[in-house]
Amino acid sequence: MSKPPHVVTGDLEAPADTQQAKSTDIAAGQSERRSVHEVWVSGTEAPDEMRRFTDEGAQEMLADESEAVLAGQRGSIVVDDYIPGRESPEDEIQILNMGPQHPATHGVLRLHLELDGETIRRVKPIIGYLHTGMEKTAEALSFLQGPTNVTRMDYLSPLHNELCFSLATERLLGIEVPERANAIRVMMTELNRVASHLLWSATTGLDIGALSMMIYGWRERELVLAFFEKTTGLRMNHNYIRPGGVAADLPDGWEEDVAGIITGVRAGLRDYEDLLLDNPIFLERTKGVGVLAPEEIHAFGITGPLARASGIGYDVRRAFPYSGIEQYDFDVPVFDGGDVYDRFLVRFEEIRQSLRIVEQVKGAMPRGDYRSEDRKVTPPPRARIDQSMEALIHHFKIFTEGFKVPAGETYQAVESARGELGMYLVSDGGAKPWRLHVRGPSFAHVQALPAMLTDSLIADTIAALASADPVMGDVDR
Amino acid sequence: MSRIEAITAAVPAAVAADSLGQAVVRVPRESLPAVAAAARDAGFTMFLDLCAVDYLTRDPRFEVVVHLLAMDPPERVRLLAGVPGDDPIAPSITGVFAGADFYEREAFDLFGIGFSGHPDLTRLLLPDDWQGHPLRKDSPVGSVPVVFKAASDRTHETSVGSPSSGHHEPETAT
Amino acid sequence: MASPAGPPNILTVSFNRAVAWARTRSMWPASFGLACCAIEMMATGAAHNDLSRFGMEVFRASPRQADLMIVAGRVSQKMAPVLRQVYDQMAEPKWVISMGACASTGGMFNNYALVQGVDQVVPVDVYVPGCPPGPQSLMHGILTLQEQIQDKARGR
Repeated sequence: MSKPPHVVTGDLEAPADTQQAKSTDIAAGQSERRSVHEVWVSGTEAPDEMRRFTDEGAQEMLADESEAVLAGQRGSIVVDDYIPGRESPEDEIQILNMGPQHPATHGVLRLHLELDGETIRRVKPIIGYLHTGMEKTAEALSFLQGPTNVTRMDYLSPLHNELCFSLATERLLGIEVPERANAIRVMMTELNRVASHLLWSATTGLDIGALSMMIYGWRERELVLAFFEKTTGLRMNHNYIRPGGVAADLPDGWEEDVAGIITGVRAGLRDYEDLLLDNPIFLERTKGVGVLAPEEIHAFGITGPLARASGIGYDVRRAFPYSGIEQYDFDVPVFDGGDVYDRFLVRFEEIRQSLRIVEQVKGAMPRGDYRSEDRKVTPPPRARIDQSMEALIHHFKIFTEGFKVPAGETYQAVESARGELGMYLVSDGGAKPWRLHVRGPSFAHVQALPAMLTDSLIADTIAALASADPVMGDVDR
Repeated sequence: MSRIEAITAAVPAAVAADSLGQAVVRVPRESLPAVAAAARDAGFTMFLDLCAVDYLTRDPRFEVVVHLLAMDPPERVRLLAGVPGDDPIAPSITGVFAGADFYEREAFDLFGIGFSGHPDLTRLLLPDDWQGHPLRKDSPVGSVPVVFKAASDRTHETSVGSPSSGHHEPETAT
Repeated sequence: MASPAGPPNILTVSFNRAVAWARTRSMWPASFGLACCAIEMMATGAAHNDLSRFGMEVFRASPRQADLMIVAGRVSQKMAPVLRQVYDQMAEPKWVISMGACASTGGMFNNYALVQGVDQVVPVDVYVPGCPPGPQSLMHGILTLQEQIQDKARGR
């Protein structure tokens, strides 16, 4: 194999791989692949080598898998034969690779589909193309820096990630945030849910063929993002909800902005429903497609709009309320068709209910502090730093070392736009988390893709996949 | 009898505890599938999460953490199973909850904990030929020193790595 | 820019300028959205900030039909060969915009999992900083690239 002309190695030594219960079944010859810390300039390798870089070996779908693996890839928990199986000769079976670079996989998801004509027989999702090592990075950042990291996991509902992390940290610290902070958090996360569902309906509409949905969905989303930029400083990945409260108070005139969002999105929602829900092509593409049965939902841990479209009315906001959400009046829409159409209905209705919550918060925003008074956790106001030595020391300690969190472990869940987003946070008494594990809803949903897609047509793959709303940042972390 | 009591009654080796107000059941690792099945029968029908934690200086070194959910009325439980560092194997619970599949693969990938009885224990998030298990505590973050252009003597664009490591032949992977 | 016929003259430079004008007015991007920056890239193509006025709203799924690759998002070690393969499939002339902090330098994730800057894998023409860069920043990057192409045609 010819050496590439320009190679740079990072200075990390990969640790010796001593304890593996079962080694991965790598084909012989791949051990001479260069270590992952080298980078290269391609164009000098032979075509065979180029192919090897993207063929993952043990991760591919193979023709002769074990029975247990085949059962998993066929999604055979509940056999709902939309197209009954038939034995086709081997040369009519084809394995098709979809992704990771694909216009309709909602990110870098790779699917191996075994096709019998147009019918899908087996599905193998291959993930990891967006693995960012965020759980490892979280151990290197302080608790105050934590939200900057977790906000980029599920990048379509960043405020939910931040809220979950902040709640987990506050539970370990044993502190309460003021009422105004809670109300602001509820309002911002519900607006985030609205923005996320608008984006989902835009991209799913685009995938199904309703190209104008892309323009309409983004139009309303810009209203929400403009408000976010005014309040948090950024359109996305805000780092606004932090342990102890929120980063800054709401700007002057926020009531008018929020009223504008509510009216604008409600009008837009009427447009989308007129455009889509009675359209015969839309009905053909979404009715009866991508059905998930309740047994599959329990087995795979599917939550959120996906579960509520299949009749399981689980919502974390109702089951384990947080941030004072129980004082607001809202319904949780549940439909029982389990198909893509019902997922549209659920999400459109959720937009309405979120706007209802935002309206209530706007009308009853409590006065008070936007963050906790505990100076060990929240930094002092900038003006105080000039006056008080203690304030200066607090500021210094919080932003360099970080505040120490008592040892303990906790699991905190919030209802993000995709489902139950949970964080398992372990602290050893130091200023940085010992372990942060994020339970992303999309990870479970991608695992359920075989159950959704097998024994249906390949043309339905995109609709079903889009309706699952996977965000690869959540899946791969 | 509460759901937790049903679990500890079915599997005596399981010990119920409380962690900051959350229900926790500590089990020896061999009983993990039995306890998961008992939990499912007691009402915790939805599988939420399985992860691993590396406590490094504690014995057992690793911990496998399973989160389950019961719907009506809503209740959560956490199962904790210690896994020793010199023999990092735990039984798989994919027979009880099919959704544990990807989670166990991820724990294997990032921590090196093997799950016996798992149908396809291969790497999930990292490339197939990756050496090591990055989320273990004795594995570094892997950060690369950043050299600013003004500080280096070189004329080409890459700025990764120390100035001396630019052009030597790479060593073959061991 | 010398041509086979000799040093640049009024005819070749005018021709080059015309070609550069045509290339920049309909530069079709290959869709290579990876993470959060992809959302802002889509926002740049949507109605509020319209890429269509530059002739760029058609994100081609196939790299063979595209001129420009906007690497929008963090590139993991597993994705790097895929990125290179897609880049190699694009036909000349092709350009690369590295959008966002993660694509330009690895961003806030200086760890084992990410390629620290996509210029380790493909040659980059314009870097757009931001996390994520807003649509206006991305458009500024695109316009900068267009200027670069036109300046090169003028021999600057």
